[in-house]
Amino acid sequence: MFYRLSGVHHNSYKSDTKMFPVRTDRNAIIFLLLLGIAAPFLIPSLYLNGYILPWLIWTAAVLGLNLVTGWAGQLHLGYGAIMAVGAYSAVHAARFGIPWEFALLIGGLASSLIGSLFAFTALRVKGLYLALTTLAMQFVMDWVLTHSPAISGGSHASLQAPTFALLGQDITSDAGLYYVAFGWCVLVTIFMLNLKRTGLGRALVAVREKDFAAAILGVNSFYYKVIAFAASSFIAGVTGALLVATFYFLAAPEQFAVNVSIQVLAMVIIGGLGSIIGSYMGAALILLMPGVVNQIFSGVAEFMGLEMGVETLAHIPNAAYGALIVIFLMVEPLGLGKLYANVRDYLMVWPFDQLKK
Amino acid sequence: MDWIFLAELTVNGALTGLLYSLVAIGLVLIYKSSAVPNLAQGALTMLGAYVVLAFSHNLGWPLWIAIPLAVVIMFFVGIGIERVALRRLAGRPIVMILMMTMGLDIFLRGTTLAIWGGSSRSLNLGVSYDPFFVGDMLLSRIHIVGAAVAIAIFIASVLFFRTRMGIRLRAISDDYLASWSVGISVEGGVALSWGLASIVAVATGVIWGEVQGVDQSLSLLLLKGLTVAVLGGLDSILGAIVAGIILGIMESVGSFYLDAIVGGGSRDLIVAAVLILTVMIRPHGLFGRHDIERI
Repeated sequence: MFYRLSGVHHNSYKSDTKMFPVRTDRNAIIFLLLLGIAAPFLIPSLYLNGYILPWLIWTAAVLGLNLVTGWAGQLHLGYGAIMAVGAYSAVHAARFGIPWEFALLIGGLASSLIGSLFAFTALRVKGLYLALTTLAMQFVMDWVLTHSPAISGGSHASLQAPTFALLGQDITSDAGLYYVAFGWCVLVTIFMLNLKRTGLGRALVAVREKDFAAAILGVNSFYYKVIAFAASSFIAGVTGALLVATFYFLAAPEQFAVNVSIQVLAMVIIGGLGSIIGSYMGAALILLMPGVVNQIFSGVAEFMGLEMGVETLAHIPNAAYGALIVIFLMVEPLGLGKLYANVRDYLMVWPFDQLKK
Repeated sequence: MDWIFLAELTVNGALTGLLYSLVAIGLVLIYKSSAVPNLAQGALTMLGAYVVLAFSHNLGWPLWIAIPLAVVIMFFVGIGIERVALRRLAGRPIVMILMMTMGLDIFLRGTTLAIWGGSSRSLNLGVSYDPFFVGDMLLSRIHIVGAAVAIAIFIASVLFFRTRMGIRLRAISDDYLASWSVGISVEGGVALSWGLASIVAVATGVIWGEVQGVDQSLSLLLLKGLTVAVLGGLDSILGAIVAGIILGIMESVGSFYLDAIVGGGSRDLIVAAVLILTVMIRPHGLFGRHDIERI
């Protein structure tokens, strides 16, 4: 009905390497792209900058973590720290008078450098131990941020970001900030969409599946691990800088603390490891959920005439956030991306299901 | 240098370290049987303390009823967590198992605080706050009690691993499939280890709740417990005790010297550094089993 296909078949290598083998997918993406461009005219600016903008920026971050965890299979619990490196170096660079374009680049490269250090851990250990080391590195980074006033900006431990500007134009309007976030998210998405068509992406997948099997096939697994960490850290750094430049407007250590790392990982897992559409959905779910749960609970409490303390209401979103992760891993460990893929696979040949067999 | 003072730092560090060992023992019990790194151990500790608090303060029951009751409840909480959440994930990639325990951590913390609130309360175990003098050294009584509890749990678990049930658990930790094929209930064993770890969490929660008050910060013990467990070897209970003492001393003596240089708060830095160095130099820890695996 939607796809009008009897399955995906290829007659040539060229069609096999197409980005969108199914025409409907391409049309859907073009439609979403247009929707994204038109969003400032369709959505009130409160929702645009309060919900859509952070969602797009976090999605870029989730895609970056997906590159290293979903594609290359390396656990990373220190992603927040890497974002912090990018954010702080970019903001410091911008305060120093460097134009924002270069400041973002400096942030990305600084993150890349620090992030590659994490890769050297991946040379020694993997799995659980890699997760623990990256977690410890996150704590070290938190400590450095909170204990060095030179970086974190004095006694208030907050660093005001200068007005964001691109190509000499100050960007202060809601729509302008939105387009910056949108543009970055689209860039990262295009990069990730193309990744699976390139040798790099296939090498990363090979390393994930079995690194010594990959080595036997001539894939230098350490090299690709470093590449994965560096690329993902670059994305993290620029994303962190944009997060400060367009959403928070000032940088503070707790914006990139360990719970942020866990949150991004939760977005990746709930979205689905290695799934691009899932990254969008996972980020949306985790970001929107606390507000929605709070609304529901205060509504129910009011309706039932229950007295709920402020403290109770303050902690319920956290409990629901944890429960969401637990339930998702129990019901669908492969995440929202897998749910979407199930629906898509079903509709692909519907109503001629027999063709699939 | 004042040698008495250094000795005091060392002994107090060792005692605090043994309290960290309590957290680590809980982690080790679960890791040993099912290779699951339980990042929710901190939240379990906190929940255990709050359950004791609920009985002793909200209901006004004496502690000698409240603590055993909390032990029983937490035992079943642990078994329940394993049954509902972790069993489905057996054989899944480690990232999902880690995420599951982190999700449990967030969920347990949120639920506990939503029910009982986050303001810090004390347990009033009845241990005097007067310092305890050994020669010229000042020691804290509650730390001595806690260290004794840690040693007692260590001895109990060593004895337990010699019983029939304990041997089953050791078999499970050696080889899943072989245990299955000789008729050992692997699921039962893993569930039991979760129950035992939750009991240890109650003991940890009570001791630490007395040391620093019952509040959210109890769940932050996870990082120290994790460091101790990794340093000692994730599947060695003896390692947890020895590493606890080592880490406690390093933290106490090291932070005394480092704080003067970096201006305070170097304890967490030392813990993180020990964790990173252990994993880089000797991932299987001091006493852990060394599974040879290519990286």
